[in-house]
Amino acid sequence: MAAVKQTVEQVKALESYEHGFVSDIESEFAPKGLSADIVRFISAKKDEPQWMLDWRLEAYERWRSLDEPHWAEVQFPPIDYQDSYYYAAPKTKDGPASLDEVDPDLLAVYAKLGIPLKEQEVLAGVVGAPRYAVDAVFDSVSVVTTFKKELAEVGVIFCSMSEAIREHPDLVRKYLGTVVPTSDNYYACLNAAVFSDGSFVYVPPGVRCPMELSTYFRINAENSGQFERTLIIADKAAYVSYLEGCTAPMRDENQLHAAVVELVLLDDAEIKYSTVQNWYPGDPVTGKGGIYNFVTKRADCRGDRSKVSWTQVETGSAITWKYPSCVLRGEGSSGEFYSIAVTNGRQQADTGTKMIHLGANTKSRIVSKGISAGHSSNTYRGLVSAHPKAIGSRNFTQCDSLLIGKGCAANTIPYVEARNGQSIFEHEATTTRLSEDQLFYARQRGLSQEEAVALLVNGFVREVLQELPMEFAVEAQKLVAISLEGSVG
Amino acid sequence: MLSIQELSASVGEKPILNGLSLTVPAGEVHAIMGPNGAGKSTLSYVLTGREGYEVTGGTATLDGVNLLSLVPEDRAAKGLFLSFQYPLEIPGVPALTFVRAALNAQRKARSEDELAAPAFLKLAREKAAALKIDFDMLKRPLNVGFSGGEKKRMEILQMAMLEPRFSILDETDSGLDIDALKIVAEGVNALRGPDRGMLVITHYQRLLDYIKPDRVSVLANGRIVATGGPELALELERSGYDRYAA
Repeated sequence: MAAVKQTVEQVKALESYEHGFVSDIESEFAPKGLSADIVRFISAKKDEPQWMLDWRLEAYERWRSLDEPHWAEVQFPPIDYQDSYYYAAPKTKDGPASLDEVDPDLLAVYAKLGIPLKEQEVLAGVVGAPRYAVDAVFDSVSVVTTFKKELAEVGVIFCSMSEAIREHPDLVRKYLGTVVPTSDNYYACLNAAVFSDGSFVYVPPGVRCPMELSTYFRINAENSGQFERTLIIADKAAYVSYLEGCTAPMRDENQLHAAVVELVLLDDAEIKYSTVQNWYPGDPVTGKGGIYNFVTKRADCRGDRSKVSWTQVETGSAITWKYPSCVLRGEGSSGEFYSIAVTNGRQQADTGTKMIHLGANTKSRIVSKGISAGHSSNTYRGLVSAHPKAIGSRNFTQCDSLLIGKGCAANTIPYVEARNGQSIFEHEATTTRLSEDQLFYARQRGLSQEEAVALLVNGFVREVLQELPMEFAVEAQKLVAISLEGSVG
Repeated sequence: MLSIQELSASVGEKPILNGLSLTVPAGEVHAIMGPNGAGKSTLSYVLTGREGYEVTGGTATLDGVNLLSLVPEDRAAKGLFLSFQYPLEIPGVPALTFVRAALNAQRKARSEDELAAPAFLKLAREKAAALKIDFDMLKRPLNVGFSGGEKKRMEILQMAMLEPRFSILDETDSGLDIDALKIVAEGVNALRGPDRGMLVITHYQRLLDYIKPDRVSVLANGRIVATGGPELALELERSGYDRYAA
């Protein structure tokens, strides 16, 4: 109930896209365009070892032989890959060692976004309040990671990918690209060649990570893409909960965000991965600008009884193309996917998941809530497959679409492949329109139009919001309400 | 309290109300009876401001305030409540959440403090008990999977919680068995008072055995064609609406 109230107040207090500001941060760029030299430039900038450069160059060559995919239910003009910067970084010396060395202007940006980067600020809160360690990625580089020391005491490594390549090369070499190989798809391949930074997490055997980890992505520079790469390894019986948030300024041109996230789970490990994605969605009327969010996320449940859950709240981006997936390899492993995808204005989303059952007695659960408003298009695309060896595997899929107004579209495209006779797959789907009757009913009781929409939409997505860490659930609810502002009447 | 003068309204191109006039002073329970298609539900929707019901003439005021110029939620904040003939299902929103949001929205609109959770829950428990509603039911999404009778009881519960100055009960008796009808009627009667008014729209006399009206009007062809005491309802029960229908 408190959350409803909060939603309502936030809706009133905020403008439709509050993160649309541009910060004047002095940056350094690689020359525009993409070539083997640019790949070398990025690698050199980061002081990378030869093996890393070789890996990138191989990916680059591979990428040149691939074609941009066009099977998704989204439309966009051809992307000129030579007309973008592949490296943009706020000017500092080497990576900042401590907060004191971070550019105050940069800290101000995060303060404006409401991201706590100062550990003492986080600590100053109520005793017992949950704490979050944050890795802040600004354009192409990680600017600061908090609580590293405290995490290191229990053996958890949480740092930027660049640092991991330098400091923990064995772990990186062992796992990088093993979940999403460079050749996996066009955008993942591009990412492998030019990825600039991202977060790295390693949780050692038997350790329960003592706090939520989060990465906050911010695109600021003009004409630049963001290609971060995240790798999270939960060793045997380890547990970690991780959250990522994303925003970008309002700009008239489209910017490409092609990230790769790899999760590795060994025996009895558990990872909860939550995303609150609020990239700039473009102009609601003309559709001009906005982020192309072409992202590859995959979890590999290598270990027996390992458990992964993806929770995503997607409200931003001009185009979203993303299918966080679970490869259920370990016996008795399980994967979950909870998704809220909101599209409004001229946004297009083609999103869903893949549950690939390889091991025996693996379980998966999909709950997808798509909300389309304005002139947007929202597609759920999902694959559930069972290998001949995945005896006794189970899936439950619930896929609901809510339409608001008359100009939007919702599609549901489920693929189901069972290659053994002993798997049980269930699929339920509904499509409903937010009815004028329901709205009138709520308004007759005293709720304003906006409050009524927020309440009804919250009811629709409640099942998924419950999966998010509490603080983020409130944030997400707020976002959903804001994204739908003015969508009725 | 409620004053309707020469009210005309149409749905699409079709005129439904044709110069309807009716006054309900504070403290009065006024029954509206009439044949199917007379405009009974249209009257309740026009007063509460539902989209698609176009007012083509006349006025309607509540305590001197022009209702017709207000959006539905402002009419609600002024104390106007409609118990729906067909209450809507609100998936995913617990009944308690819904009612609290409504109550606090109204209080806010009237510049009153919001009701804090403990006080709200206490109130909800009391009112639910009076209407013999299992409190756990209020934790379920509003009206989803409820029987017809349960939905009607939830309407009266909302009315009891919101304490409206003026209530319109639209065919509240439909779908109720005799026991449920008695409980609902008790709930409604508990809300009668010298400051409040009610419009009880019904097709049958039966409800009026339990909610005793002060006055009864007959609505036919979009206007009030007769008004009298409770005896008028009994007479209608005997002779039907035929003589008004022409």
